[in-house]
Amino acid sequence: MIQPPETQPRAVERGERAADAPADTAGSLLSTGSGADASATIREIRAVRRTVRRRRLVLTVVLGLLVVGLFLARALLGDYRISFVDGIRMISGTTIPGASFIFMESTLPRACMAVLAGAAFASAGAAFQSMLRNPLASPDVLGINLGASAAAVFAVVLLGWSGMPVTLVAFAGAVAVAVTIHAFAGRGGAATGRMILVGVGLAAVLSSVVHWLLLRADIYRAQDALVWLTGSLGTVTWGEIARLGAVVLVGLPLLTVVTRQLGVLSLGDDLATGLGVRAHRLRLVITAIVVLLTASATAVCGPIAFVGFLSGPIARRLTHGRTSIPTAALVGAAMVLAADYVSAYAVPGTAFPVGVVTGLAGAPVLVWLLVAGRRSIAEKG
Amino acid sequence: MSVTLAAESLSLAYDKRTIVDGLDLAVSAGQVTAIVGPNGCGKSTLLRGLSRLLAPTGGRVLLDGDVIGSLPTKEVARRLGLLPQQPIVPEGITVVELVERGRHPHHGLFKQWSREDESVVAAALEVTELVDLAGVPVDSLSGGQRQRAWIAMALAQRTPVLLLDEPTSFLDIAHQIDVLELVRDRNAREGTTVVMVLHDLAMAARYADHLVAMSDGAIVAEGTPGEIVTPAVIESVFGIAASVVADPTTGDPVVIPHRRKRDQP
Repeated sequence: MIQPPETQPRAVERGERAADAPADTAGSLLSTGSGADASATIREIRAVRRTVRRRRLVLTVVLGLLVVGLFLARALLGDYRISFVDGIRMISGTTIPGASFIFMESTLPRACMAVLAGAAFASAGAAFQSMLRNPLASPDVLGINLGASAAAVFAVVLLGWSGMPVTLVAFAGAVAVAVTIHAFAGRGGAATGRMILVGVGLAAVLSSVVHWLLLRADIYRAQDALVWLTGSLGTVTWGEIARLGAVVLVGLPLLTVVTRQLGVLSLGDDLATGLGVRAHRLRLVITAIVVLLTASATAVCGPIAFVGFLSGPIARRLTHGRTSIPTAALVGAAMVLAADYVSAYAVPGTAFPVGVVTGLAGAPVLVWLLVAGRRSIAEKG
Repeated sequence: MSVTLAAESLSLAYDKRTIVDGLDLAVSAGQVTAIVGPNGCGKSTLLRGLSRLLAPTGGRVLLDGDVIGSLPTKEVARRLGLLPQQPIVPEGITVVELVERGRHPHHGLFKQWSREDESVVAAALEVTELVDLAGVPVDSLSGGQRQRAWIAMALAQRTPVLLLDEPTSFLDIAHQIDVLELVRDRNAREGTTVVMVLHDLAMAARYADHLVAMSDGAIVAEGTPGEIVTPAVIESVFGIAASVVADPTTGDPVVIPHRRKRDQP
């Protein structure tokens, strides 16, 4: 370890004291470093902790600014440009003919929903991937989103429902899939990867169900169902934003606090138990929050492809492998905001559902992650 | 000598396969106990039972007189530390962050990192000689360094009892000695009660006060190294013929296994 010059005298002083009592340099676990004068080791620990903390802070600020920037772009720019001041005026109640409708009924709610849905999918995905120690284990791969989809398509196509009831049915579908996975995987399922296998299997079944329902459907209803299935922010209402907002506001901080214990769980179930973490109960709590977030977001805007799956790994690359729910949430929010902007304006005159863009962009990002992952392993090698 | 950890007619099973049946064991406080025996004799299973990782199918485990399964798991974690055989190496985190996790049982949901945590982690890094590697990611350490990092984490837990499952496997002879000297040192300085599973009889004889020899899920013999490391016990536990001689420098018993008959010319 290299000592900065100004700390040299103290190091010498310490050396002398150590020489007075040579037997106890690596002394008792209690005696070291207690008291005001911090030992070199404590300074080292503080330095490492400070570096980690500073890096996290910088990352959070940068990502936060990115999300704010993209939010403003999504809400204010586009075919019809609105100044920031006008935006503020409209939010506080002023009506500006022409602008008000576009801003208050389209771009602003879409921007809000993009942030909420992105954060919900991403934090849920990152928590699941970290909990199951597998990058495949995001809720969309495990069929939880598909549970919502199958239920929603069933309600739309066969029952002719729309609006709020569809949201509730979709929610119920996601919960049902999560419960089924849990029941089939059994008590040790989360630790052994059985949960992932059951989930992937279930996802395949549900995807067949969705296709079968679409084949039976009347063409107009099938059209509605397909837009929803692709993931779309086009029909978002302020009521939906408030509902999902409440879920995210409760779920995200809860998940952030709970997943701190995931740091311990990531050392393996045995060691986690040894450190006083009740692995099984922790997984149940995390699963419940993840399902709540995923189901709520899917119910409103459909399963937006790749967001839950990719945000976690991207966040992990930015944090050098640590699991950080807030980082993943910010990545997800940025991803959906950017994708929605592109989906609305990339091809003049045509608006895609946002899920098409995340789906198209997701594949190259996945490839980049794989290549970058291999390169970093090679560097370490 | 007082008993800190005890098994009373303990039975342990995986699914329905019983590994340990009605075993009794008393671990004396302040001693280093080594459990030895051939592969598959149930020694790691016993350690899992003693550390509450495996719930007993019969009998019970007592930690300072309390039934271990009825204590809150975090409470146990403040009294009994545990290092499993092959913990998962977490991605990206530094040595300091790993060792910090040993403080987990002492934290509440919102309790912040304290000065005490800091000095305990510092001491754990010092005794394991990891200060210079404090900021290095754990996944880039060598095998020996990594094992020391795990031990530092277990030490940061600051429990009076420490259970180690084969702490020296996959280490070369020099690193094996480093780890076992460290264990001995913690026992001497802090009075830590240590129970470890070892498969190397010579190492067990050298570093433990008390040996427990297991075969087929049962304790065959227990006692001081001098009592256990004898040709008769080795024959009955490992099924091999061996000579036992005294180490010329320390006087500890050293095992010299004979070649099996069919290998001889």
